[in-house]
Amino acid sequence: MSVYHYLTVSAILFALGTYGVLTRRNAIVIFMCIELMLNSVNLTFIALSRHLNSLDGQIFVFFVMTVAAAEAAVGLALMIAFFRNRETIDVEEINLLKW
Amino acid sequence: METIFFYLVALVTIVSGYLVVRCQSPVNSGLALVNTFFCLAIFYVMLYAPFMAAIQVIVYAGAIMVLILFVIMLLNLGTEARKRYTHGVVWAAIASLMVLLIEVFFIKRGRVTGAEGDITDYLIKTEGHTELIGKALYTEFLLPFEIASILLLVAIVGAVVLAKKDV
Repeated sequence: MSVYHYLTVSAILFALGTYGVLTRRNAIVIFMCIELMLNSVNLTFIALSRHLNSLDGQIFVFFVMTVAAAEAAVGLALMIAFFRNRETIDVEEINLLKW
Repeated sequence: METIFFYLVALVTIVSGYLVVRCQSPVNSGLALVNTFFCLAIFYVMLYAPFMAAIQVIVYAGAIMVLILFVIMLLNLGTEARKRYTHGVVWAAIASLMVLLIEVFFIKRGRVTGAEGDITDYLIKTEGHTELIGKALYTEFLLPFEIASILLLVAIVGAVVLAKKDV
């Protein structure tokens, strides 16, 4: 399988994640769609790193996973704090900063 | 054989990615996302990156998804599952289709170039993927590694502060 097949799969996953982030109203599902986009980028990194016989892309995937873990911890704590105040995590209710 | 296997796994990946976006209940979305993560781990094995596949299963499917499912359970979102759960479908569909078209355009027309390294399949088989990653991580990428540790520390402190009773 050539690198282009993997890149195509990753492009489709990224577009699906974009669609989910733009349409869903539940903040946790939006969060999961962001994880989906991060994973599609990871697939791109690993496919290119194999294509170029290099290890740099895989190290980068390592750091992407680190950032995703940190994001999961902080983001979910934010959602719990918000749910405690408003009893919902619907993003249409979270509109204090909207103009 | 490998081609058929690739298309099969790609089909499962994309269908479960679609289910993440479409499922009404967040729990179903989460389970579909776990399925996607496992399929991506299979891709990593096919790309001669076994350590990355293990990390994918342990960190993503293990740790992060358990955290997300715990939060779904804590927030008890079952009561509002019957409401309308999407908004702006048409514009979002147009935007994501344009993203997809641009990506496919670049993939079809472009040619992958870059600095070639010297990590061959033979080297991965004889020396071991984990060992190669470890060597690169603790020599060439030592500074980003330390910065990542500071990032994780800050994330832990931030999560504890945010989840406390009186913010």
